[in-house]
Amino acid sequence: MNENKNRLETDFCGIKFKNPIIPASGTFGYGREYEEFYPLSTLGGISVKGTTGKRRNGNLPPRIAETPSGMLNSVGLQNPGIDSFIEKELPYLKTKNTVIIANIAGSTAEEYEEIAGKLDNTDVDMLEVNISCPNVKAGGAAFGVSCEGAGTITKIVRRATKKPVMMKLSPNVTDIASIAKACEAEGADAVSLINTLLGMRIDINTRRPILHNNVGGLSGPAVFPVAVRMVWQTANAVNIPVCGMGGVSSWEDAVEMMMAGASLIQVGAALFTDPMTPLKIIDGLEDYCRRQNTDLKNIVGTVMPW
Amino acid sequence: MKYCQGLYPIIRKENPAAGVYDLSILCPEIAAIAKCGQFVNIRIDGFTLRRPISICEIDRQKGTLRIVFQIRGKGTKAMAELSPGGFIDMVAPLGGRGFTLQEGAQAIIIGGGIGNPPMLELAKFYGENAIVISGFRNAAAVILQEDFKGTGAKTFLCTDDGTAGEKGFVTDILKRELQTHTPDIICACGPMPMLRGIAAIAKEKGIRSEVSLEERMGCGVGGCLVCACRTVKDGEGIFAHVCKDGPVFDSKEVFSNE
Repeated sequence: MNENKNRLETDFCGIKFKNPIIPASGTFGYGREYEEFYPLSTLGGISVKGTTGKRRNGNLPPRIAETPSGMLNSVGLQNPGIDSFIEKELPYLKTKNTVIIANIAGSTAEEYEEIAGKLDNTDVDMLEVNISCPNVKAGGAAFGVSCEGAGTITKIVRRATKKPVMMKLSPNVTDIASIAKACEAEGADAVSLINTLLGMRIDINTRRPILHNNVGGLSGPAVFPVAVRMVWQTANAVNIPVCGMGGVSSWEDAVEMMMAGASLIQVGAALFTDPMTPLKIIDGLEDYCRRQNTDLKNIVGTVMPW
Repeated sequence: MKYCQGLYPIIRKENPAAGVYDLSILCPEIAAIAKCGQFVNIRIDGFTLRRPISICEIDRQKGTLRIVFQIRGKGTKAMAELSPGGFIDMVAPLGGRGFTLQEGAQAIIIGGGIGNPPMLELAKFYGENAIVISGFRNAAAVILQEDFKGTGAKTFLCTDDGTAGEKGFVTDILKRELQTHTPDIICACGPMPMLRGIAAIAKEKGIRSEVSLEERMGCGVGGCLVCACRTVKDGEGIFAHVCKDGPVFDSKEVFSNE
């Protein structure tokens, strides 16, 4: 085998990713901040901050609480709105030579349709449709917790765009695989999972929840085994590719999640512990492939269950 | 590349008050670009989130930063175990906006409790053109007084219980000093009620004032949007972010309704 061959190259919904490592939506803004650490072109892609039809101010602080091996957040989809994203952020991202995944969220089916339509003729490479934000009262999670709701939004977005559509699923459901199947049936090109697990912490001195929103989404290493399990169940249930995320913080975690069935990997909370995590994972994956003398795509879904 | 991340050697450690630790860290590439009012974000083994700590002093010649922090919970308690000979994992320098440094201007610089450390670098800049007012709960909590005196500034000390310096609040001393002296700027860091009081006094006197804020943070660079702080700019209320839009804000933006 040619030593210079890129063993990490991944084809996902017909899009070429130079490697499968993507900062997760909501942890990386629109990329600008992290360009102060490393060139964005080193990343497989970027899933941008969840963007809604109109600007959202987000929830009152505190919006974050640490937990054993993880954290809760309740940002509440603070973002400048889709028009501002297209006008101010997208031209910048376009110059960065990485795959641009537009993460979108809405309160109504019409809002999803409007945003997807606006993005159809832009330079974004694919849409990640958030039907699982746990931090907004009238938010996407209402759609993401039933097969009907997930199917409805998938269908509407599918009709509104020619871009590949990846539905981002909530783990706060009884059977995530059935929701994934509902998305697949309505034309989703891929699914990504997991969004955060709904959690809560209380300050025992003030008897107040630490988060002003009372509850928030749990992420970080604490959720990793749950995420691996859900990726595995989902990958076994659908014929569309799976983008896995949830607590991945090392190349070993990434390999494990890929063996469970993920073709792409998003990295979120680990960026807060170490902003260099994506680069370290990419390096680790390259070494791993060299040692195994294989291309990374060959390990996807290779877990051998008992 | 504006941000540095790495393991930096700790070269000095002191314990100036109960639960308060004072470290000097050798990090020439950070010291070379750090600005007054910025902070560092420290990783502690076993914790998901870094701990943001304000920069107390920047020594560009020695290539060092000084940080002074208080044990607030398990993370800072683990940080207090770090010692010379060991290393500290920092992302720095962070903060999109530090204190305004106005050459030749007169400043009143106010610190409350563990809000005192970030004021030292500022006091060094203004030197004899500054009045420094430090407030603490009691004598046992008092820190940095020799350092503030060393800047050439006129210094005042007060404690809530009168066990060191004057009995009372920093705002009492501020009001008294403003009777005979009108500075160009008032800068403060400390508990929110103290900052609110200072902002109100500054507004009444028509003096510009800046406050350094703290909020629970995630990324520390502006990517995650968790460290929200309600501010008003040009008549419009928005959630700014302490890490990127601050940590220093014009007090009028933070206390707009008061």
